[in-house]
Amino acid sequence: MTDTLSTTTNASAERTKLIRAGLRKRHLTEAIFKGFGLGAIVLALGFVALLFADVLSKGIPAFTQSNLHLSVTYDPETIGVDPAPVRTAGQSDADFRAANLKWQRDVALLNWNKVVEASLRAAAPAGFEIDSRQILTIAETNARHQIRDMFVADPTLLGKTIEVDVLASANADNWVKGNIDRNLGDAQQQLSAPARNLIDTFEANGTISSGFAWSIFTNVDSRAAPAAAGLAGAFMGSLYMMLVVILLAVPIGVASAIYLEEFAPKSRLTDLIEVNINNLAAVPSIVFGLLGAAVFINYLHLPLSAPLVGGLVLTLMTLPTIIIATRGALQGVSPALRQAALGMGASKTQMVFHHVLPVTLPSILTATIIGVAQAMGETAPLLLIGMNAFVASVPATPLDQATALPVQIFLWQGNENRNFFEARTSAAIIVLLGFMILLNAIAIFLRTRLEKRA
Amino acid sequence: MDMLAGKVKMTQQTVNTAMNPTDALERQIRLTARDVTVHYGAKQALHGISIDIPDRAVTSFIGPSGCGKSTFLRCINRMNDTIEGAKVGGTIKLDGDDIYDPNLDVVELRARIGMVFQKPNPFPKSIYDNVAYGPRIHGLAKSKTDLDEIVVSSLRKAGLFEEVKDRLNEPGTGLSGGQQQRLCIARAIAVGPEVILMDEPCSALDPIATAIIEELIDELRENYTIVIVTHSMQQAARVSQKTAFFHLGNLIEEGVTEDIFTNPINKQTQDYIMGRIG
Repeated sequence: MTDTLSTTTNASAERTKLIRAGLRKRHLTEAIFKGFGLGAIVLALGFVALLFADVLSKGIPAFTQSNLHLSVTYDPETIGVDPAPVRTAGQSDADFRAANLKWQRDVALLNWNKVVEASLRAAAPAGFEIDSRQILTIAETNARHQIRDMFVADPTLLGKTIEVDVLASANADNWVKGNIDRNLGDAQQQLSAPARNLIDTFEANGTISSGFAWSIFTNVDSRAAPAAAGLAGAFMGSLYMMLVVILLAVPIGVASAIYLEEFAPKSRLTDLIEVNINNLAAVPSIVFGLLGAAVFINYLHLPLSAPLVGGLVLTLMTLPTIIIATRGALQGVSPALRQAALGMGASKTQMVFHHVLPVTLPSILTATIIGVAQAMGETAPLLLIGMNAFVASVPATPLDQATALPVQIFLWQGNENRNFFEARTSAAIIVLLGFMILLNAIAIFLRTRLEKRA
Repeated sequence: MDMLAGKVKMTQQTVNTAMNPTDALERQIRLTARDVTVHYGAKQALHGISIDIPDRAVTSFIGPSGCGKSTFLRCINRMNDTIEGAKVGGTIKLDGDDIYDPNLDVVELRARIGMVFQKPNPFPKSIYDNVAYGPRIHGLAKSKTDLDEIVVSSLRKAGLFEEVKDRLNEPGTGLSGGQQQRLCIARAIAVGPEVILMDEPCSALDPIATAIIEELIDELRENYTIVIVTHSMQQAARVSQKTAFFHLGNLIEEGVTEDIFTNPINKQTQDYIMGRIG
């Protein structure tokens, strides 16, 4: 009796010992795994922090820009143009229009740099020695267009003096920001010695000051006037593409997913379709660009560089993502809900649209917005349909030529004016990231709202 | 197999003679099933089930897990249609009309034969919308007042109205398990079905909620033909007038509930009721 008892006690002590030994090993494994996980997260966060630090430190200065505050005098002598034609009694519409057009052409052909130069000289200290070419390097080359356009819009300015803010040139901006080494010899400087001196003088007397660079948001891309280069064209291009993607990829993707998941009979054909959709999601995006070039441009003769074509290509690229995500969401709906609806005598369509879709809407929406965001960040396919062209206008319709934000980043990144465009590129990256964060924030907001309502 | 078929026939005779003296079973027959078989792919789940289900009475299906009682129940409103690879053979007639007639619209059938599931499954909508859903899709209410009336009377019949009358716009999923199941019953009633199928309606509920539902089933029997699948023999004994015992996809024995529980003819039925299988 006691013998059996002690055997039992021994056995149980033995078991406890075995379990404890195993426990130590289990805890160790867990600790190691946790350590790896933590390390991975720290590493990933470190890289993200590094990226953000780099982009922000380079890009944020680009959001301020040097402006020149000039008193521009529309001196009839310098300009040398007749006053704008005034309509005389008895003059026909066509005659007046012709006269007006001739005047505008005359105005456009004038050398407006003379006016810019005169304004700059007026701001410089008396007797400052600098030649015309050198002094004009201080203002951005688009200053003359700005001053001319103001005159065309208001011909009564002739003989008047007005205060105008024009952009300082990219080189002047760099000089002011201290991005150029002041100890370099003249031969290595972009700006001549008198121009550099004058910039310093302007900075001291307040003619040059820095302000927020609205031009990044309001201007289109520019090569001749780098300081005036902006993202407006690329932003509109991206916006049109996003519209096309949302209008096409969302209904087509969601409808395909619903059909495949809810209505299609399980057959070899649907299996094949499913495998192919999964494979399509893994096709490199540049291949979609090739497809778009072949189908939409060569075969359908849609215009090159058009956001519509870009949107179509990105739609093709986004469709698999949306279909897979939507199917996943539909598969996640509990069979109980489906049975409840069918048991009530709902048809399959009613079951899907009254019950299944409403509960999956948040996930479908999130997947869609993430898919669209991914498409908006895509560059490679757009290069193949000509959206990397230099376009100096805001597209008015999706059929006009345009670039897109990521393509603009790519173009600026390759610009030869490194000194200036490095910061602009980072600024464009910040704008694109801001756009992405906005899209994702909308996704999260809609998701939580819809989930609360459901 | 032959022997088994013989047994089924024999039990049917017994039932027929046994039915006469019992008041509840003097009613006419609503549903007749003959040689119903179900295959899931290559696997046969039901082997020739033949049974009559009387009008305005509770018929219960009992049997161990996997015996085919739920499968058979789901044949009655063609819920098996929704399962990939399920094939149903034989005939089931509701008032003499074959429910597997290709000309019959399954939507109409399910409006006549309502169903309550094992786990309460209210829609993730308001209590009102849950009950109003059926009448809405079938176009049963001519006006908003009509619909209100249907919702209130259905909730009343399901014994839930007093508990939820102040929060009809709150989500049905916020109710307790028992209330949710009564909401599902109200939802089924709202369409005005003739038959209500219940697939283990109390298996996910506590004893008090179960008692309330059982009481409700007893009341509903006045107006509806009810078929209930249950794991609990006590429940079958308490609520049903007719009981059918299923085992391994066969209908072993059927008859007046009292007879089945007090005087089962078949050895397997005896064993199950005595708790020796199951």
